[in-house]
Amino acid sequence: MANDTPEARHLKVAKAQPGFRLAPELLLRMHDLMVKTRVLEERLIKMYKQNDGFFWIGGPGEEAFNVALGLLIRKGSGPKFDYFHGHYRSAGVLLAMGAEPLDFIRQMKCVASDPFSGGRNFSGHSSIRKWNVVPISSPIEVQFSMAPGTAMANKRAGKAITIVVGGDAGSAEGDFSTALVWSSRPADPLPLLMAVTNNKWGISTPAEGQHGDRLISERGTAFGIRSETFNGNDPEEAYARLAEIMEYVRAECRPALIEAYVSRLYGHSSASGANFVAEEEDPIKIFETRLEREGLISRKRIEAIWSQYGDEMLKHAQQARHEPQPDPKSIWDHVYCGQKGRAGRYV
Amino acid sequence: MANMAQAIRMALHYGEKHLGVTDVFGEDVGPPLGGVFTATQGLKTSWNSPLDERGIIGTAIGLALAGQKPVAEIQFCDYIFNTIDLLKIAGNTTWSSNGEWCVPMVVMTPVGSGIRGSIYHSHSFDAMMTHIPGWKIVMPSTPLDAYGLMLAAVRDPNPVMYLKPKALLRVRGEELIPGEPADEKTLKEMIDAPLGDRSRWKPRWPALQDHAVEIGRGRVRREGSRLTVVSYGRTLPLCLQAAEKLAAEENVEAEVIDLRSLWPYDWDLIAQSIRKTRKVLFVNEDTEVTNFGEHLLRRAVEDFFYELDAAPRLVAGAHIPGIGLADSLEMASVPQMPSIFQAMLELAREVP
Repeated sequence: MANDTPEARHLKVAKAQPGFRLAPELLLRMHDLMVKTRVLEERLIKMYKQNDGFFWIGGPGEEAFNVALGLLIRKGSGPKFDYFHGHYRSAGVLLAMGAEPLDFIRQMKCVASDPFSGGRNFSGHSSIRKWNVVPISSPIEVQFSMAPGTAMANKRAGKAITIVVGGDAGSAEGDFSTALVWSSRPADPLPLLMAVTNNKWGISTPAEGQHGDRLISERGTAFGIRSETFNGNDPEEAYARLAEIMEYVRAECRPALIEAYVSRLYGHSSASGANFVAEEEDPIKIFETRLEREGLISRKRIEAIWSQYGDEMLKHAQQARHEPQPDPKSIWDHVYCGQKGRAGRYV
Repeated sequence: MANMAQAIRMALHYGEKHLGVTDVFGEDVGPPLGGVFTATQGLKTSWNSPLDERGIIGTAIGLALAGQKPVAEIQFCDYIFNTIDLLKIAGNTTWSSNGEWCVPMVVMTPVGSGIRGSIYHSHSFDAMMTHIPGWKIVMPSTPLDAYGLMLAAVRDPNPVMYLKPKALLRVRGEELIPGEPADEKTLKEMIDAPLGDRSRWKPRWPALQDHAVEIGRGRVRREGSRLTVVSYGRTLPLCLQAAEKLAAEENVEAEVIDLRSLWPYDWDLIAQSIRKTRKVLFVNEDTEVTNFGEHLLRRAVEDFFYELDAAPRLVAGAHIPGIGLADSLEMASVPQMPSIFQAMLELAREVP
């Protein structure tokens, strides 16, 4: 009976599972992508500190959950494929989907070649239409109000789903309730996976000053939504749980809510200094210790991966530094669909 | 002749049948009610949403991003204010993504006074909305234009805000919508939902035809040579009445322009008229400070300062927190025919 309390469940999911449940190739692929994501984020932070960008915000510490999610998304364009509504900590999801790190670096440097926003938006504000990655915007949680729309289109088109991700503090916004309500109406349930990456912070405020729900996932229970909480810092746990629950959403055409505990290794953003926080657990370090202990990878190989991505990101940063800034005249482009240049006095 | 609510309903039916409209939704928009003003009765793709305005706008954005063609309704614009940041996002998504995404959605919402709607059923939204770039904004004053602007809104690949002047929704038109039966009673029998049980009712739609009113084009509703009056929505018919009175009593012919599109707007039409009359009055009922009419006024001053024969004017709503319910309060809060007539008369009499 004690096992059924939320606290007990929390403890259960926080414990590492003995041995491995996933194939070695997948584990190594995830490790590679996690390191790639971390090194990219750390390069972006360096760029900010070297005056090669105005602002940094990202997701170092969320790599395990994000990479697992990115590998499980069925990417493509249009409602026959999954839609992803991320937030500014989602780089790991996109790199796992196949995005190019250079593009994130270009956005940091605000160069015209930034494919996400043409130098218009902050770092971490991606948009990849060919893979249904809808534009990430700065307001907290608004993606939870939009996600029911793409999920409806998914439902009409077949077996694709919509995934929406936000933080724990963002669950205070009404948009979070909007997604719960709109996805679980008995007359029209939606294939919507709502994910809360819980880093136990809201900008500068610890979770204790943000929200008092014992588990955020319990909010789904009231709506009859399948809801789970797990350790998002364990890539294997994250992958296994996500695979199962995404299959449920896909097959049953019903919503699900997951809450994944993650770390926040460099604070909220550059506004709080973007310095390493040693007290938080580092999912990559923990994963590497396990992989090494079980003989899946050598320390030498691990170091080679870090070093290879270090060189790669540095090269990207050097390249972006020499790419042109956006043309001032381009401010008029794309006010409307297909618009190029200025059409009139105010348009 | 159809009234404006019927015209909008017929346009949405045309949109479902010919223009790819996939969803007409909002609070009480679907059966059995079909909209609090009956504008969505009998539509195939209509459905009722939760009472959640942010969800309505957010879902419309999501549907639009996923290749659907939604027409979402906010039941009264008085309840749209908690969605402003989502309206901002709908308007900036194409620009923010450097042209990668388009957001083809229509939002319609009843605006303005005229039904004794008290503090929360009388707001205007044109001043607020014209502060949100990336949208197109239209507001008809006749059923035929309501029909044509809805067809244009639905065809547009951008977010379009369709403001419905609620005081005019039940006013019958003087022009036939292409395909509608001329007899009101026949039309009513065909497309108005019956009272009582509607579960088995189905509309019999007339064979409607295309009639798009290009967004950005105004219309001269009355020709005149002595002064120009530019308005839209509820105040437009009042301007026409005032112009008739002015002609009858003072022998002064006023030109009345129905702007129809607030953004983009037909400056060429206004400019042409000002060049002819050298006097201009702008009329709307939103609160008068940082009012859209003030923008038009600024442009008139900048472009025609040395050509004008009188100071250009704006008649708009009082800058007060709400419109009071009592008849005397509402009448004193927003422009009425006599105040518009008075402003026109003063403008006509002014000499340089």
